[in-house]
Amino acid sequence: MNIIVCIKQILDPEIPPAKFKVDTVAKKVVCPEGIPLVVSPYDEQAVEAALRIKESRSDAKLTALTLGGAGAKDAIKHVLSMGVDEGIIVNDDAFEGSDAFGTAYILSKAIEKLGDYGLVLCGRQAADWDAGQVGPVLAEYLGIPVVTVAKEVAAVDGKVTVKQVLADGYRVLHMAMPALVTVSSEIGQARLPSGKGIVMAARKQVTVWSSQDLGCDPGRIGSGAARAELAELFVPSQDRKSEIITGKDVAEAAGNLAGVLRREGAI
Amino acid sequence: MDDHRGVLVVGELGQSRLATVTRELLGAGRRLADELGEPLGLLLIGDAVSGCDTEASALGVDTLYVAEGPHLAAYNGDVYMEIAGTVAGETAAAVILMGHTTAGREMGPRLAARLGGSLFTDCVDLALDAARWLVATRPVYGGNAMAGFVSKTLPQIATVRPKAMPETAACTGKNMSTVAVSTDSTLSRIELSEVVVEEAAGPRIEDAGVVVAVGAGVRQEDFGLVCDLAQVLGGAVGGTRLPYEEGWIPASSQIGQTGKMITPDLYVAVGISGAPQHMAGCTGAKRIVAINNDPEAHIFKMADYGIVADYKEALPVLIEKIREMTGA
Repeated sequence: MNIIVCIKQILDPEIPPAKFKVDTVAKKVVCPEGIPLVVSPYDEQAVEAALRIKESRSDAKLTALTLGGAGAKDAIKHVLSMGVDEGIIVNDDAFEGSDAFGTAYILSKAIEKLGDYGLVLCGRQAADWDAGQVGPVLAEYLGIPVVTVAKEVAAVDGKVTVKQVLADGYRVLHMAMPALVTVSSEIGQARLPSGKGIVMAARKQVTVWSSQDLGCDPGRIGSGAARAELAELFVPSQDRKSEIITGKDVAEAAGNLAGVLRREGAI
Repeated sequence: MDDHRGVLVVGELGQSRLATVTRELLGAGRRLADELGEPLGLLLIGDAVSGCDTEASALGVDTLYVAEGPHLAAYNGDVYMEIAGTVAGETAAAVILMGHTTAGREMGPRLAARLGGSLFTDCVDLALDAARWLVATRPVYGGNAMAGFVSKTLPQIATVRPKAMPETAACTGKNMSTVAVSTDSTLSRIELSEVVVEEAAGPRIEDAGVVVAVGAGVRQEDFGLVCDLAQVLGGAVGGTRLPYEEGWIPASSQIGQTGKMITPDLYVAVGISGAPQHMAGCTGAKRIVAINNDPEAHIFKMADYGIVADYKEALPVLIEKIREMTGA
């Protein structure tokens, strides 16, 4: 059974907030120098979910798929070194500026070209734009059922069983394959690449497909097809007091804090 | 614009009434509908939803679309999608709003894919520009930045972050009409076998005036101290992802992007670094207090008051002082 995991390379969401800068004129986040891009953590967790399925059934073959330019190969190599079997990059100047719908369309064309698959896994959202759109839109374009925000995914025979995170617990859902699942952080930490994995990954060829290879409709890709426009991007103002309460020792500081809160009527 | 008209809210049900997020959506929806000079519709899907008509009418709904049946008791992605897609298509609403909830996170993108509209998820503000296109503001980059998008396509679909918009007070009530929606098409590829509720004892964090939250900086054996602080403050206990994943708080107590969005008067963060994924859930708090032993912790920038201290030293004193002050 083929499992396809869609991944995206993004600015490291764990960078210190002080290093996070926005160019409000260009409406872009400024990548701090010397900080390498990473695979979006939710996507790494989707890879982790796929690897766990592979451990449970010997016929599982994992293919990572990413849309991207120069850095895409690093993202693919990273997940190959985690244990993914194959990597595919879809890249074309014509893809530049595609929104979630354009991206999902391109990915759907690549998945259709791959053909035989049982399960498509995505992160619940990319940890840069946090939209969570590509996964469910991709499922619609592929005409397959979808469950989002999973904390556990099992694939037994032709069926996938998902534990979907709810605000007050979780629920268990079943779908016949092929199906798409988006994976949440509740699945737990993704494994690190192994030394052997890194060596294996270095030897693997990564397939690259262009828009023409996929037969994409030019009217559905790129910035021209975008359904909305980014009008502004800014760092929200922080109106908190950010006051550190001190004292000669911890006990006094704690006492002073209680005093401040009491005076303000908060306690 | 073309023949799209009106605002449609895809509602959810709470306990024998509209869910809080739906009441919030109706406030925003009514405002947008008035600006457009167009009607506001509400779609309710469920086992028994007609009981909500008085409430819907009081919140300014012009047309209530009811999809009712025992097979609709629990949210099913495929079945609900079919109904919402049909109603959205037939009414040709220009704006479609839903909560950024389990159902909304799935139905929003799927509806946009089917109807060919624009989509904005997890919105905290909605407005119209001069040409009456929807302008949606939403946090991006884990809340480090805010982005404002302008739609270029109809219909315009938005999922709205719970608690981001105020609930509106009931008005005098409109002359609401009710339309029954066919629920014949119930083909589902998704089968639900079990719902597991993991709820904490005591007050719910989304209702509590005071919430004390525990993060990765607290050791599990000290969890009792955090609970004691919550108890003297008459508050609820919540936490970040790690204590939930390690099983010492239930799912219903997790605060943040995946868990609850809360808006207490006082939020006390103990051993919490202030990662955006968590802070997304508590930025609506009136006052934020942080206790952390790392003076560089981001939480101090996000807090009103902080003490740089080992929680094991600070909490017992704080608990004692509050007891003295309040007699709790």
